[in-house]
Amino acid sequence: MNLPVTNNGEGIRGATVIVVGAGVTGLSTAWWLARSGVDVLVIDKGIVGWEASGRNGGGCSHYNSALFHEEQRLWPMMDDLLGYPTEYRRERIIFATNERHLELYRSMGATVGSLGYDWEKLDADEVRRRVPLAGDTALGGIHLKVGGHANPQRTVQAYAWALQDLGGRILQHTAVSSVVMKSGWAVGVETSAGFIGCDHLVLAAGPQIGRLAATAGLFLPVQSARAEMIVTEPLELMPIGGVDGNGLYGRQTLRGNLAYGGGPHEWITLPADGEALSRPVTTVAASLARRLAELFPKAAHARVIRSWAGIIENTPDGRPIIDRPAQTGNISVCTMSSVGFGLSPATGHALRDLVLDGACSFADISKYSLSRFDGLAAGWAEEKGWKAPQYA
Amino acid sequence: MQASDPAALDGKLPAPESHVQVLVVGAGPAGLTAATELARNGVSVMLIDENPLDPHLVGLDVPLFFGGRAGSAVQNQARMVEQIVASDPAYEAAFEAGVDVGLGVTCWGVYLPGPASRALPGPVAALTDGARSWTVGFDRLLIAAGARDFVAFFDGADQPGVMGAQAFAALTDRYDAFDGRRLLVYGSGELGVRTAQRALDLGLEVAALVDVTDEPRAAPASINALRAKGVAIRTGVTVTAAARGALGVTSATLADRNGVTETFACDTICLALGRIPSIELFDSAGIEIVLEAGLGGYVPRSADGISTSSPLVFGLGDCIGVSEDLPSRADIEDEARRAAAIVMASLDGSPAVIGARTVPAQDQLAYRRHVIERMLESGGHEVLACQCEDVTRGDLAGIRPPRYLGCPASTGNRRDLKSHAAEGPLNHDQMKRLTRVSMGACQGRRCREQVALLMAIYGGMPSAAVPLAGYRPPVRPLPLSVLATMAETRAMADEWPVWFGIPTQWIPYGAIGTPEEDAMLATHMHL
Repeated sequence: MNLPVTNNGEGIRGATVIVVGAGVTGLSTAWWLARSGVDVLVIDKGIVGWEASGRNGGGCSHYNSALFHEEQRLWPMMDDLLGYPTEYRRERIIFATNERHLELYRSMGATVGSLGYDWEKLDADEVRRRVPLAGDTALGGIHLKVGGHANPQRTVQAYAWALQDLGGRILQHTAVSSVVMKSGWAVGVETSAGFIGCDHLVLAAGPQIGRLAATAGLFLPVQSARAEMIVTEPLELMPIGGVDGNGLYGRQTLRGNLAYGGGPHEWITLPADGEALSRPVTTVAASLARRLAELFPKAAHARVIRSWAGIIENTPDGRPIIDRPAQTGNISVCTMSSVGFGLSPATGHALRDLVLDGACSFADISKYSLSRFDGLAAGWAEEKGWKAPQYA
Repeated sequence: MQASDPAALDGKLPAPESHVQVLVVGAGPAGLTAATELARNGVSVMLIDENPLDPHLVGLDVPLFFGGRAGSAVQNQARMVEQIVASDPAYEAAFEAGVDVGLGVTCWGVYLPGPASRALPGPVAALTDGARSWTVGFDRLLIAAGARDFVAFFDGADQPGVMGAQAFAALTDRYDAFDGRRLLVYGSGELGVRTAQRALDLGLEVAALVDVTDEPRAAPASINALRAKGVAIRTGVTVTAAARGALGVTSATLADRNGVTETFACDTICLALGRIPSIELFDSAGIEIVLEAGLGGYVPRSADGISTSSPLVFGLGDCIGVSEDLPSRADIEDEARRAAAIVMASLDGSPAVIGARTVPAQDQLAYRRHVIERMLESGGHEVLACQCEDVTRGDLAGIRPPRYLGCPASTGNRRDLKSHAAEGPLNHDQMKRLTRVSMGACQGRRCREQVALLMAIYGGMPSAAVPLAGYRPPVRPLPLSVLATMAETRAMADEWPVWFGIPTQWIPYGAIGTPEEDAMLATHMHL
């Protein structure tokens, strides 16, 4: 569209740290750096939090992550730290409508318990008592007294505003095409607004990270896919909104909408200009509706008012890469491998530590290093079947 | 041998229930004529129309701004089918030509295979009759979805009796179920004149025809004809308030530039300020949309006024562009025959340019902006910008978090639309996320255009600076239980991951690289 778009970026020549990507990970990192007094500039090809960072289930309960404890420590403080509401609410109920899921959820509960947090097994009646929209389909579940959920859309903007309040800058509608290297050192980035210099570079560019890292000589394997979600009209609030199960993830928002996703994804080939069609392009919404009506029989009448989609990248093992590779020295890289929103307060902290101190101060993240993929064949994604299907 | 990903979408979407050469969506005069023309030329045609509407949707002001003035007759679906068929002899012609006509059938999504969507079993339209949901495959899709109303709110606009002219036309012409008696028509162009004339023809009273412009916008002869029938004509005024009564509006108050007010008793305030092409199916299908002030706003990019950026999808009538000069029935039918010819040439594999589009030299956006600017001068910041989500103009201007968060309006943000516009581009979808404006059950149908204009005005930007807030399927609010009836493949049921189904993704960090990890992977306990 021929719109008089402005990035208001005139006169920006450089920053101590440039963060590429204004998603949750990049914004949180920049905010953490700004809190430490660092001159930081975030550059994004679109607007803040526009892609998968603002379109996800909003879950904050990643018991499998090295960053879990920090995630749990930080979320209850985020509204105050940022100065803007994130809609964070603690606790999570997950319940099943089939035996296979029930077993899976119980083992999740046990894992959370083994990490030192409270949880309860729920039988079917107890599920119905705690989840007003549940019905006869409920078999049983778990109640985590930890974790929770927040509003991704509000949270990404909260990071952005909090960052700006600390003097950080955000350059929107500016595409980064490559990292500019000199003697093995990153000196800046080439952008649609020209060269911008920096002393340290953070790549947090979501699906674009593999392409950008390659321009710095780093092999960072990720493959992109599209996933879809649905949202209903508002319903009466349940006491705990962080309820999911039956093969779905999601939450009841504080407004009362049911926002849920899950199900099969479609691997895609990113177009050369990096703009993938991130809108729902299949009828998966109907299968989501079927499972949501099974999960919440008392919400079967609720009207679906939107569906939406996001493009997300995954690493070969589905685990994050959070690293400052020795090869390039002053570049830190981060992909959360499709699970980035909830962990973002902790991820930003870890990256701040990598940039300023060279190591994460609060957790061992060595298993998230880039070097674990050394020697991986270039065709790894095809070999795993992670490839765009042929046209029917 | 390459592996396949069992958790991916490939092969999991069901084949469509049936297949037609051409699916026509919308059985107004344009869609009816085109479908009949295609069928007479031996093409297999399915023509669907969502009317008679689910009464619940009428109550939600979907797809038109019915404003609580639909009579109880709309509750009787069977009678409404008869009423609709009887309302236009073109239905009879369509039946005779062999068109497969589905009334009360809604298309809630159009899905086209493309670079980012290869798993689809071909192009499909998702349909519902209110009880179940299914897909139809098509070779070509012709959308004739019509237009809805440009809506501008004032104090009291959130009560029965404030409605749009397109909704008035639907309730009177199609449904014979209009539940008002005395109207004030806001907008003095052809749309307003037609609305007032139609009301008078039906024996209703028209208290006044009013506009913000200094002179009536329609030709003097038609304005004089209304005046001769006792309709008060007022110009240079805005509607500032509607008085509230038990059954809705009881009067409309006007104000001129000097603040001098005048009140007319009426039970209905009919907004005839402009028509908005109903582009939701085009946009949600990923068809390229452009802003054309002469065609009423955002419309599919089209060289000939029929073709779109997809070679499979065509548009016809108001949904691909509206003029302030209302077309005659003969004009509409001529255009429909041209569309049928273009679609047939496309089916033959020889796409052809047949005829040309005329883009009226009108800046419809400028008039609408003028209306909103004048209403801002005379109305307060407490007037709602979005009824569904209870967002006022002041909330929007201040980018305030929604009230359900309980934040005092004064805190939580040192920014407003003016400062936001200085930091970066304005974006309606972003304001939806931050203020919840346009996020409700009516899917932004009542507020979309006025909110975009308010954003441009508050941000000090041209109207074109605010991109279209995207439409997403389902383009009608549908119950979970109805969507849930869609056929599902066995593969979908058997391999439904919560999230990617990558077994190593969910191994607790401490177990990574230990024998415990191998044991966990062996149990397939992954999401």
